[in-house]
Amino acid sequence: MAIDAATVRKVAKLARIAEPEERIEPLARELNGILTWIEMLNEVDTDGIEPMTSVVHQGLPMREDVVTEGGDPAKVLANAPKSAKDFFVVPKVVE
Amino acid sequence: MSDLTRLTLKSALEGLESKAFSSVELTRAHIEAVEQARALNAYVLETPDKALAMAQASDARRAQGEAGALDGAPLGIKDLFCTEGVRSTACSKILGEFRPTYESNVTANLWRDGAVMLGKLNMDEFAMGSSNETSAFGPVINPWRGAGETTPLTPGGSSGGSAAAVAAQLCLGATATDTGGSIRQPAALTGTVGIKPTYGRCSRWGVVAFASSLDQAGPIARTVEDAALLLTSMAGHDARDSTSLDIAVPDFASFVGKSVKGMRVGIPKEYRVEGMPAEIEQLWEQGIAWLKEAGCEIVEVSLPHTKYALPAYYIVAPAEASSNLARYDGMRYGLRVDGANLTETYEQTRAAGFGEEVKRRILIGTYVLSAGYYDAYYLKAQKVRQRIADDFDQAFEKVDALLTPTAPSAAFPLGENADDPVAMYLNDIFTVTVNLAGLPGMSVPAGVDAKGLPLGLQLIGRALDEGSLFSLGGVIEQAAGFTARPDRWW
Repeated sequence: MAIDAATVRKVAKLARIAEPEERIEPLARELNGILTWIEMLNEVDTDGIEPMTSVVHQGLPMREDVVTEGGDPAKVLANAPKSAKDFFVVPKVVE
Repeated sequence: MSDLTRLTLKSALEGLESKAFSSVELTRAHIEAVEQARALNAYVLETPDKALAMAQASDARRAQGEAGALDGAPLGIKDLFCTEGVRSTACSKILGEFRPTYESNVTANLWRDGAVMLGKLNMDEFAMGSSNETSAFGPVINPWRGAGETTPLTPGGSSGGSAAAVAAQLCLGATATDTGGSIRQPAALTGTVGIKPTYGRCSRWGVVAFASSLDQAGPIARTVEDAALLLTSMAGHDARDSTSLDIAVPDFASFVGKSVKGMRVGIPKEYRVEGMPAEIEQLWEQGIAWLKEAGCEIVEVSLPHTKYALPAYYIVAPAEASSNLARYDGMRYGLRVDGANLTETYEQTRAAGFGEEVKRRILIGTYVLSAGYYDAYYLKAQKVRQRIADDFDQAFEKVDALLTPTAPSAAFPLGENADDPVAMYLNDIFTVTVNLAGLPGMSVPAGVDAKGLPLGLQLIGRALDEGSLFSLGGVIEQAAGFTARPDRWW
């Protein structure tokens, strides 16, 4: 289960974080250190235990399916790195 | 006017009500204190103009007889809370100069009750840390120093700015958040009171998300009563957070000073850990003695899965964080670093915007959720989490509350544990269980160590029973007579 350099590169790719080559080996060491420590969970007998999904003992509230907010593109775009008219400007997605 | 910053929130509100001073005077005194304390790095943004405008409006309301519960009281706000028109960064470079166009529910509640905002408080980046050293703005320096020493100490984290500002009298109280101990550990390390309420008490709407099933807001204050006043204002139902509890918020201050006679308090034996300083062990014994004197029945209880809480947390929290922080893609707000194509733009933006600890946690989270590992890690952790919650349920059949130390040590020097993530994580060993089970927990200053540094005791309650914590916390506060304040060296 040890994390090697290839795994670090793969996970960094999945997480969309460019990790410089000199960080790959140190990250493998750090993540292995954390995961080795975490492995003590295997000592716990969890047979027949339902995984916790929520600490709140109440159902999810329902509401009418209607628009409650919106219609303010200026607010939505106020912090955009790039925008034009009422749109976000993003790098080309489709070639 | 500097003595106005020495007041408790409660006595400041009384002074405002009796017209002994105005909110403008009280606020000005705090603005000056903040300016003089920049060496502590507690505030990452000072908003003196906004504070004075809010104070003037408060004085006008009070003159009209329309003052709210916290009217005119200057507070500090952790930078994790979105504040409309005021830069909110979670102390991460990736949010850049982000100015929310909306107000978090918790801060909106405080302003509804008349409170005044002094500025935004430093914290670990995205609340990930126990020493405030992961902040993009640099660490907060604890106002406390060891006797005769000048070594800069950590105020704890992630709410280190909140705790330091309250301890150094740079605000009457502060908002904070707690995902694994981020209110209670810094409170313990700075001689302040901090409470993480039951999950769902405070709305998470407008609070930058870290690990959504664990995140909860709460106050840090100088007294138990002040913390009660703040929490009463901050809490309440909010339809925009689906986990917000739709139940009435009690007047928490009414529990402070109530008799605790006959209350059963559990002492979990698993919280005696190897290597714990003798002073913390002694303080715990002292706390037990104080509660006995006040008429509590002390019961030894067992929480057998305690030692598994921290490793379970370091699966659940990074997993949720890796998902929550996927939103920082450089497209809609915050930093954007342009790459050759869309994917490179994402990768470069996130590489430049996130600090090392945040990246580490995103990678751990991505790994444990990745194909083939989900069952072994995330599902296993959620099962262990259920066993931890079951432990508490069984304990609370026998007792009304639990008493433990808050943190395994007093404030430690900045830079310690910097190279060892797991050693840093162990700071939360006594606090993290409460987040996993969704329970309320409070840290109360109870004494000092040989160097004169503050130490805290933690009270844990049943879900929704913050009231008992305020009663018991009040007893410990009074018995401890904790009046020590940091010497002003800044």
